[in-house]
Amino acid sequence: MSKIVDGLLYSESHEWVRIDGNIAIIGVSDFAQAEMGDITYVDMPSEGDELTKGEDFGALESVKASSELYAPVSGKVVACNKQVEDSPELINEDPYGSWIIKVEMSDSSELDSLLDSVSYEKIAA
Amino acid sequence: MGNFCYFPQTEDDIRVMLERIGLSSLDDLYSDVPADFVFKDDYDLPSAMSEQQVRDWFEGLSARNAKLKVLVGQGAYDHYIPSVIPYITSRSEFLTAYTPYQCEISQGTLRYIFEWQSMICSLTGLDVSNASMYDGPTAAAEAMRMCLACTRKRNTVVASALLLPNVLDTLRTYAKYSGIGLVISRDVFSAIKDNADSIAGVIVPSINRYGVIESPDGLADAVHSAGGILVQYCDPSALSVIRTPAEWGADVAVGDGQSLGIPLCYGGPYVGFMACRQELMRKLPGRIVGQTVDASLRRSFVLTLQAREQHIRREKATSNICSNQSLMALWCTVYLSIMGPQGMRRLNDLCYERSHHLYNALLATGLFEKTQYDGEFLKEFCLKPLCDVPTLQQKLLDAGWFAALQTEEGYVTFCVTEKHSKKELDEVVDIIRNL
Amino acid sequence: MKYYDRLIFELSKKGRTAFSLPECEDGGIPSDAPFMRADAPELPEVSEPDVVRHYTNLSQMNFGVDTGFYPLGSCTMKYNPKIDEEIVSAFNGIHPLQPAATVQGVAEVYSTMDRALAAVTGMKHFTFLPCAGAHGELTGLMLMREYHFSRGDMARTKVIVPDSAHGTNPASASVCGLEIIQVKSNADGLVDVEDLKPLLGPDIAGIMMTNPNTLGLFEKDIKEIASLVHGCGGLLYYDGANMNPLLGIVRPGDMGFDIMHLNLHKTFATPHGGGGPGSGPVGVAERIVPFLDLPRVSGFHGNFGVILKACAYILSLGKENVKMAGKLAALGANYIKESLKDCYKLPIASVCKHEFVFDGLIRDNGVTTLDVAKRLLDYGFHAPTIYFPLLFHQAIMIEPTETESLETLDAFIEVMRKIAQEAETDPELVRSAPHNTPIGRPDETAAARQPVLRYIH
Repeated sequence: MSKIVDGLLYSESHEWVRIDGNIAIIGVSDFAQAEMGDITYVDMPSEGDELTKGEDFGALESVKASSELYAPVSGKVVACNKQVEDSPELINEDPYGSWIIKVEMSDSSELDSLLDSVSYEKIAA
Repeated sequence: MGNFCYFPQTEDDIRVMLERIGLSSLDDLYSDVPADFVFKDDYDLPSAMSEQQVRDWFEGLSARNAKLKVLVGQGAYDHYIPSVIPYITSRSEFLTAYTPYQCEISQGTLRYIFEWQSMICSLTGLDVSNASMYDGPTAAAEAMRMCLACTRKRNTVVASALLLPNVLDTLRTYAKYSGIGLVISRDVFSAIKDNADSIAGVIVPSINRYGVIESPDGLADAVHSAGGILVQYCDPSALSVIRTPAEWGADVAVGDGQSLGIPLCYGGPYVGFMACRQELMRKLPGRIVGQTVDASLRRSFVLTLQAREQHIRREKATSNICSNQSLMALWCTVYLSIMGPQGMRRLNDLCYERSHHLYNALLATGLFEKTQYDGEFLKEFCLKPLCDVPTLQQKLLDAGWFAALQTEEGYVTFCVTEKHSKKELDEVVDIIRNL
Repeated sequence: MKYYDRLIFELSKKGRTAFSLPECEDGGIPSDAPFMRADAPELPEVSEPDVVRHYTNLSQMNFGVDTGFYPLGSCTMKYNPKIDEEIVSAFNGIHPLQPAATVQGVAEVYSTMDRALAAVTGMKHFTFLPCAGAHGELTGLMLMREYHFSRGDMARTKVIVPDSAHGTNPASASVCGLEIIQVKSNADGLVDVEDLKPLLGPDIAGIMMTNPNTLGLFEKDIKEIASLVHGCGGLLYYDGANMNPLLGIVRPGDMGFDIMHLNLHKTFATPHGGGGPGSGPVGVAERIVPFLDLPRVSGFHGNFGVILKACAYILSLGKENVKMAGKLAALGANYIKESLKDCYKLPIASVCKHEFVFDGLIRDNGVTTLDVAKRLLDYGFHAPTIYFPLLFHQAIMIEPTETESLETLDAFIEVMRKIAQEAETDPELVRSAPHNTPIGRPDETAAARQPVLRYIH
């Protein structure tokens, strides 16, 4: 049973989003990290990249798998987590404490289509 | 059934096996195949030959190939091959092994690939090498694709028109189907300027198709400030003496390992190499071997960074390649071990002095003059003939020499390696003088 | 096999040499030459005996077909005839750009191979430029596109690939600029014809099929599939990786395929060389022949040395023995399948061709497919292909080939049964395997997180 944190929003592709004003802080769920196994590399976008909701912005890699990261919202990348880039195992150890990117949202109404923790639990069971 | 030396099953064996399966005949194994698909005629093949007949057949063919001494390069170089190499590479543990997926019983393959990667890094001056590609031209094509992968939303690649013709042909082929805008130009700097908005990369030769050592001053800066990747196509044998891709500021180096101890063998198997700067490591296509430890902390080698590859990423992989030319990489690795830094220097010294000897002697005949592309060279050079080229080529062939290959402009190229002494080269000059 | 922990660089001693070259007469490259690199490359300085011993020691940590049995699914690890290397050595001195009149023997090899491959596949002609199977796939897809281009039919930008396909299929299609549409397998493990129908249309360049597929099953609806795909204007590509069981029985051309590749290193017994060189010639039906020379996918004439070896194999096989090759391969696969299905889960029970797939142990007791594979190494067998195809989570894909004797198959079966028993009685023994190999399971996560990819002095 994977851990799901209340108060976050989730995508069906297992990214989580924490809202801080107009900034969306994005990581991957406990379910996603457990499916991947030991994460060996995070392919990060660059600061300043424009993301479109639903399109891939990077990827997670483990020894035997690779999984695209999909933007849960559109907007501009304003920060990438250097710590996670250097030590990808942080995502395994603490998926909700290890954000990957921060995005300045261009359309906050896109948040309406994301799932709350109760709905997400149904797909990440 | 008759006896065929590679099929070990006896009539009895077949009966026992069919019984276990619960079928009564071998044909029952194909009962799900629609009957009209089963091929019932005799195959249009020769009758089975004994080993001696096979040997005789190939000996007969071999006799129909002219035994020539080679003074042509153009991507395939006639260097001497130390006996140690085929001795090692024909060991069945190397020759008959599969790709080293099961690393616990493939440490031999994995270690020599790691050595190959280290030697390629050393020759190119770059940080990371892959486990090898099919050949030089396909490595160049993979590098062209890598330029796009390293630069978002850019799709123009500029290739120097002075690359070898077969490299340009392969680049054109790969570009055509994948929407890469390939610009082939004699003036690379202008082509960069003309395509500044869309340029993903630039591919230039380290030694051009006329044999001239290029000196691309300022090119790396021009490519980088336009936002692209610089790729150099190199002869790895020459790289042991000439300025390296890293020294020129290139991001990627590719080329053919054939010049490192692999026989000409009518063009293959050869081996492509590909190396890049550390920052581009994750975009490098092909197999890569890495060092790690096992549970008892014994140094171990594994295929690594596999998440880039087709068996995991499928259509999103960096390339469709799922093998390398492993055994040919071993040829090169053993070669470089035998030659060492001093041997590679001696080899290039010999190529240099002997090729210059022929170059000067040919000019002295008055039957050739320098071309507009004349410049510093190591072993291959190009001259403008003042005589009839077909006659020249035929006279040389008649005397057992394959030389004076014609370029598309009507020039002729020669390539002199350490294999031919000045005395032999003087014979060639005599033949030409007496045309 | 014994562990040997040296790299050639670690044997290096300054001033030691192994090369044998004449002295320079004219001083070599002038000392003021402007084109020189700053420092000599860091290559090992060793003696010839050092080199020979080092690589001999490395070889002894390797497993090959001559060492033992490779039940490696989709890889067709046959015995490699020993006459091969001798034959190649007679052709080693030929330059690839030599004029035709000086290479008549070479030309005869190519034309003999073209005729022979056409005869066993039902294709019209072959190109020999591709250096491997995946390279052949790419070339074949380029030919598919050329065919459509030639008809002015530029909208065909999608290719259909079954979900059971080799990973190279979608990767090759992507390199060829095609969009991949996946078609599902049905419960019998075959392409679902009903799922295929709605995918067909004027944007489809063709379909890539492996037949028998990666589950070792003959796609028996191929006639209907061919007629549907041709009906929408598309072409059929045959992935020849699994040609072996059809060798001497069914020709892809007769099944309606328009383009195919062969892996000479599989079907025609050339050595794999630890991952290459192979050869992946591409054959085409008559209507594609005009385009055959357009894709220049490699530098010269393909891997001629490999083509020579395949030619030698075909000559020794001849029209008499070719008819037995596929059947004996399928016989061995079915024999193993029937002998182990009480220990290993068999998701699809029908008669297989050259290979079949188990889905892990029936009573796994926490022992995974990876553990079984590693334990096999302890008993002197190579592992099967594992975790492929992706349709089954614990896939074990087994392909014995026709060059393995009943005794070898029986020994393998016995060990597989023993491992199943060990999983029940001593699962830890299997989970921690291998125990008798030069190294144990390496830390692959560490290798990928902090890559060490070259020797640092």
